[in-house]
Amino acid sequence: MIELLTELLSYTFVVRALIVGVLVSLCAALLGVSLVLKRYSMIGDGLSHVGFGALALAMALNLSPLEVAIPVVAVAAFVLLRISENSRIKGDAAIALISSSSLAIGVIIISYTSGMNTDTCNYMFGSILAMSKSDVILSVAVSIVVIVLYVLFYNKIFAVTFDENFTRATGTNASRYNTLIALLTAMTIVVGMRMMGALLISSLIIFPALTSMRLFKTFKQVVISSAILSVICFVAGIVLSFIFSFPTGASVVVINLLMFGIFSAIGLLKKKY
Amino acid sequence: MKLISCEGVTIGYDGQRAVNKVSFDLEQGDYLCIVGENGSGKSTLVKGLLGLIKPQEGSITFNGIAPNEIGYLPQQTVIQRDFPASVGEVVISGCLNRRGLLPFYSRAEKDRAADKMKQLNITDIQKKSYRDLSGGQQQRVLLARALCATEKLLLLDEPVSGLDPVMTADLYQLVARLNQTQGITVLMVSHDLESAIKYGNKILHMKTETAFFGSTADYLKTEMCQRMMGAKI
Ligand SMILES: Nc1ncnc2c1ncn2[C@@H]1O[C@H](COP(=O)(O)OP(=O)(O)OP(=O)(O)O)[C@@H](O)[C@H]1O
Ligand SMILES: [Mg+2]
Repeated sequence: MIELLTELLSYTFVVRALIVGVLVSLCAALLGVSLVLKRYSMIGDGLSHVGFGALALAMALNLSPLEVAIPVVAVAAFVLLRISENSRIKGDAAIALISSSSLAIGVIIISYTSGMNTDTCNYMFGSILAMSKSDVILSVAVSIVVIVLYVLFYNKIFAVTFDENFTRATGTNASRYNTLIALLTAMTIVVGMRMMGALLISSLIIFPALTSMRLFKTFKQVVISSAILSVICFVAGIVLSFIFSFPTGASVVVINLLMFGIFSAIGLLKKKY
Repeated sequence: MKLISCEGVTIGYDGQRAVNKVSFDLEQGDYLCIVGENGSGKSTLVKGLLGLIKPQEGSITFNGIAPNEIGYLPQQTVIQRDFPASVGEVVISGCLNRRGLLPFYSRAEKDRAADKMKQLNITDIQKKSYRDLSGGQQQRVLLARALCATEKLLLLDEPVSGLDPVMTADLYQLVARLNQTQGITVLMVSHDLESAIKYGNKILHMKTETAFFGSTADYLKTEMCQRMMGAKI
């Protein structure tokens, strides 16, 4: 085991992936609690697909992927938030429309420029080889910004998640904090997408929160548990992917699924006895 | 001093008027009870006052009170069935509007929340999950949160619904005490006409339009009031 770890850590790309991955997992888990509880999970999914389109575009134009994707996805976050705030029922459909369109456009751009190859597969399902040094620096910076903002605005985020109307009625600008949540999510998704893949990144957001809610009953406990779980699952996923050469994103998701199963089982047992 | 003045306020949903040309004033220290049948626009008016719904016509003016100095108890709080939040977390979230942009709660706010929980007899359930409480307990938690949010004006939309008789009496006592000793202005929507008359100094009777607005003493003289009281006895 120790040998395996030393071997792992002797590769620069693994170390890079671990640093970025741990930070992104933390961000995703923190935001995930609010997104799941506010029923914004669809937004996460939509944003990752928009991100995929943006990445494809950046590749085709030979631009830095993150620098294109971050602003594009941030704008999309604004739009999706407005859509789901204004029309509860049609919102879902509208988000699905935007997300599948972005995916389709992305795929067409890719097949036109470089053809469907391993790169495409990596974008969709994630790879830890994808990151350059400048990507890593930008990713770390973005993740730290997300975490710091989350901690500073934790109480506000709780309030708008629990009861938006009350928060608004008592003089807090709830829309501002909804927008904050959406923007932080956008940044997290873009940064995590290369590693986890456009199709799988939203599970990084949803799984830890859902898993923690099986066992824990206060907001703080759920947030802390999600953060810890998310990091553990990510590291375990990387190890799994290294040993069996599975795609990274898929391995992380499978570990998350396993944890969800375990927590659900414990939750059921606790209820019974 | 006039705290709130409403003039010709009209609020509607999809073209249908729920509140039609309602005017009233709320002076500092008032205890105003809003009464009226189901669907007469009481909750809609309250939401209009709070800025949750925009009035189509008319004006609502606040004097010497900012939006972040208002406490509110909604009639219905749609909270997801399995939302993980402890009673303590919910109550202290009422203190949020005193923090402005500052992060975290200070000692003062924690003490404030503890004090309100004590007043409402929920100190011993503060670690419990909100979703596991009975309806009446949840109502008390939300009331404690509303009290945390204000020292000036309390808007209560049917605060006693779901409370047992002892708790109901306690709540009326508590609100009256806050009104008399701390000078908190109260606006309460209620179906309990007797208590409205007993505690309120002003009555607004809604029938989409204003059916009556004035002092409780004047209200007692109206036929409308006598009929409603008669129906009770
Ligand atoms: N969200 C909504 N959308 C459409 N119509 C609404 C909505 N909320 C209320 N209404 C309508 O507005 C009218 C007034 O409703 P409101 O909730 O203000 O009544 P209320 O006096 O508070 O009644 P209750 O005593 O039952 O609480 C009703 O006819 C109702 O059907
Ligand atoms: Mg009502």
